[in-house]
Amino acid sequence: MNSVDYDLVIIGGGPAGLTAGLYAARAKLNVIMIEKVVPGGQILVSDWIENYPGFPEGLSGSDLVFKMTEQTKKFGLNIENGEVISLDLENRVKKVILSDKTIKTHAIIIATGASPRKLGVPGEDIFYGKGVSFCATCDGPFFKDSVIAAVGGGDTAIQESIFLTKFAKKVYLIHRRDKLRATKILQERLFANDKIEVIWDSVVTEIKGGLTNVDKVVIKNLRSGKTDDLKVDGCFIWVGINPNTEFLKDVVKLDQQGFVIADSSMQTSVPGVFVAGDVRNTPLRQVATAVGDAAIASFSAEHYIENI
Amino acid sequence: MAENIVKIDDDSFDVEVLQSDKPVMVDFWAPWCGPRKAIGPVVDELATTYSDKIKFTKCNVDDNPVSPGKFNVRAIPTLIFFKDGKVVEQITGMVAKQKLEEAINKVT
Repeated sequence: MNSVDYDLVIIGGGPAGLTAGLYAARAKLNVIMIEKVVPGGQILVSDWIENYPGFPEGLSGSDLVFKMTEQTKKFGLNIENGEVISLDLENRVKKVILSDKTIKTHAIIIATGASPRKLGVPGEDIFYGKGVSFCATCDGPFFKDSVIAAVGGGDTAIQESIFLTKFAKKVYLIHRRDKLRATKILQERLFANDKIEVIWDSVVTEIKGGLTNVDKVVIKNLRSGKTDDLKVDGCFIWVGINPNTEFLKDVVKLDQQGFVIADSSMQTSVPGVFVAGDVRNTPLRQVATAVGDAAIASFSAEHYIENI
Repeated sequence: MAENIVKIDDDSFDVEVLQSDKPVMVDFWAPWCGPRKAIGPVVDELATTYSDKIKFTKCNVDDNPVSPGKFNVRAIPTLIFFKDGKVVEQITGMVAKQKLEEAINKVT
């Protein structure tokens, strides 16, 4: 057997990475998890999770990942802080290239997740942290008695808009279509909330403000083509996600949007390289699906390593 | 929390931050913010490593609305690096430790 630093390298420390790490550590694999910032991932910004089984009272995203991290530590998972720049999968022994070193391994689980998609409109970047936000939990309380524009129509947009009404006096939910994608129970809560007004068939084309704060968004109605200014103090954006796969281009097979394609064992187009969670080409992206993917990916990786 | 992080408030902000001889990092935090909770240990580590070069402080935005207002802080976590009473760098959101180290090097 060629010499390696680890049997398995898990890239990413959200719910998928942590679950893969838990299973691999319990299987006594020589494993390391590499996380760019701190364990948690996107779910850290979720103020409330009530569809992850086992927590009937619900809990915050940060509390859930802290519990997951604690559980992996109980089984001795080695977690390292670092950013993976690229993968060299030319040979049986694979190389994970970080900014400061290269790790040799037999198997890899990609669990790098996704990032909130931007609108790509003027003002979005310059007002980030100054009224433009992707996180209601973090930034909502700064908008007491304010008027907020929220953009999107999926579960996250609805759930977070409802959360914002704890602080804001008014939330305009701007959605490009005439109906919402979000789960029915969330839609019912949205329509029952008298602080929220939905602006249908519309998109935000620009975010404007003074030197340091947002004061309006420009809204375009897609049916009439008409453009209007809407006076707001902040703009929260939840229009989907982009996969964190820049480092994987030309290395494993990706779909058109850049998500990783895998078979039912979570193996990618390269033997010994597996994938789990939001970064995978999958019809649903939840904590529950991420941990399910990860358990399979870890099991498959273990099997692969045993048969080398 | 690391011992070498000074807790500051609206009353002590001017003295502790703006009139400090050493460069200062202010961590605007709030107990309700998940991402801030997550990067807490990273800030603690930096405070242990770099406390001779830079003063580490934290300001609870719930109890102290004036200071974050002055610097237009509308997001948590926000870390602001001050030198001679002026803002040198402002970092919003969750970032890697390396990026915070770069900011520390810039201000010291």
